[in-house]
Amino acid sequence: MADKRKYVIPGDVVTTGPFRPEQNTVLEGNKIISTTIGISEIYDDSVRVIPLTGKYIPKINDLVIGKVNSHTSLSWELDINSCYVGFLPAQDVFGRDFSAHADELATKLRTGDLVAARIANFDRTRDPLVSISDRDLGKIDSGVLMEISPSKVPRLIGKKGSMIQMIEEATDAAVTIGQNGWVVVSCESPEGLLKAKKAIQMVNEQAHVANLTDQVKEMLDKKGES
Amino acid sequence: MGGREATMVLMDENGKRCDGRTVDEPRRIMIKAGGLKNADGSSYIEFGDNKILVGVFGPRDVHPKHMSDTDTGILRVRYHMEPFSVGERKNPAPSRREIEISKVIKEALEPAVMLEKFPRTAVDVFIEVLQADGGTRCAALTAASVALADAGIPMRDMVAAIAAGKVADTVILDVNNEEDQAGQADMPIGYMPNLEKITLLQLDGVLTPEEYKKCVQVGVDGCKLVYELQKKALNDKYFGNKGD
Repeated sequence: MADKRKYVIPGDVVTTGPFRPEQNTVLEGNKIISTTIGISEIYDDSVRVIPLTGKYIPKINDLVIGKVNSHTSLSWELDINSCYVGFLPAQDVFGRDFSAHADELATKLRTGDLVAARIANFDRTRDPLVSISDRDLGKIDSGVLMEISPSKVPRLIGKKGSMIQMIEEATDAAVTIGQNGWVVVSCESPEGLLKAKKAIQMVNEQAHVANLTDQVKEMLDKKGES
Repeated sequence: MGGREATMVLMDENGKRCDGRTVDEPRRIMIKAGGLKNADGSSYIEFGDNKILVGVFGPRDVHPKHMSDTDTGILRVRYHMEPFSVGERKNPAPSRREIEISKVIKEALEPAVMLEKFPRTAVDVFIEVLQADGGTRCAALTAASVALADAGIPMRDMVAAIAAGKVADTVILDVNNEEDQAGQADMPIGYMPNLEKITLLQLDGVLTPEEYKKCVQVGVDGCKLVYELQKKALNDKYFGNKGD
């Protein structure tokens, strides 16, 4: 499969075989064409292009980091680094017995607060509905927010979480990665925090490099000695 | 027009044009993808003596809200010439000509971009002509397409553009400023090279049906040359020359 990988730009023909066009490809006649800059992959019966650029488009069940933009008496609006705003209804935080006159939304989340949230529902007719009622979700109290390109999030996570696990182990930091490209790093020791930030920056800048995991590991180990 | 241009030699006896090019030779073209930090996508093109910078934003919220479309995203293009882009200072306010070119470029890009994936949003393309020397709409369209790809806007194909024309009764490729002023015809062509479709075709001048067909063919062949350079610009930025 690896040898079928190709660098493509919009308009490039990925393949002409009887494949199913998936992510970032379209069928035009009998050709499957890439619609973005990226790396094409051919699986058993489907073709997809992993994008190297572009904004975050919400997907149901994605974990995202959001920043509270504003609120009405019934809901919050979250900036989720996308072309749409995240919509967080008050019932999700206060529970079923939420009452618009009795409960004040600002007591729970204020403008500027960061939250880890999950995209509960999204379709093209409405803004994405987000939820924070789950384990590991909710307001983020401490840590440093970093921005990386949303198309590089899978690289930061690595295969089965290998990359992020390695960074967390080497630095003792806790890293929350939002699919929207926002990452929160928190760590007890300042050195660990700096190292983790540097590693994440490295992944963001060199996402296309092969055996990046080894290079990041080398960087983490080297810094540890000095 | 006037008498000055009429005496100008646009084609000498060896078939060389006023700037020394052959009939089917484009000017020097350099395209660079990226370069603007605050834009989502950007590009810079030097097309002969034309210098054009393009920035793309989006998909993003539409302002004013009433312009938004619940079925699809919208494309907005602004073509603007700097006051210092031409010999005599140009008033920076959008002129009739700039408004028309903005519309023409927008309509030439629309078949390529797939904005139906982003309803209620807008993609803004800002084209700034820093230096103009004939054929800016083609150069701007070429650069805008690279900037859109750089921004990650889904596209069916790139759009490459170049002008064909007629001077001294000969069909030529890539009309420069002198040839545009004194020549017999100017035909800007925008073309999607993989889908083999024309997205922009304008004609200023008089051509016979045979010349018209030849002009289109010359223009399309020229667009394929331009496309190779667009490809190279994107490969250089994203794959560091590793791209095929």
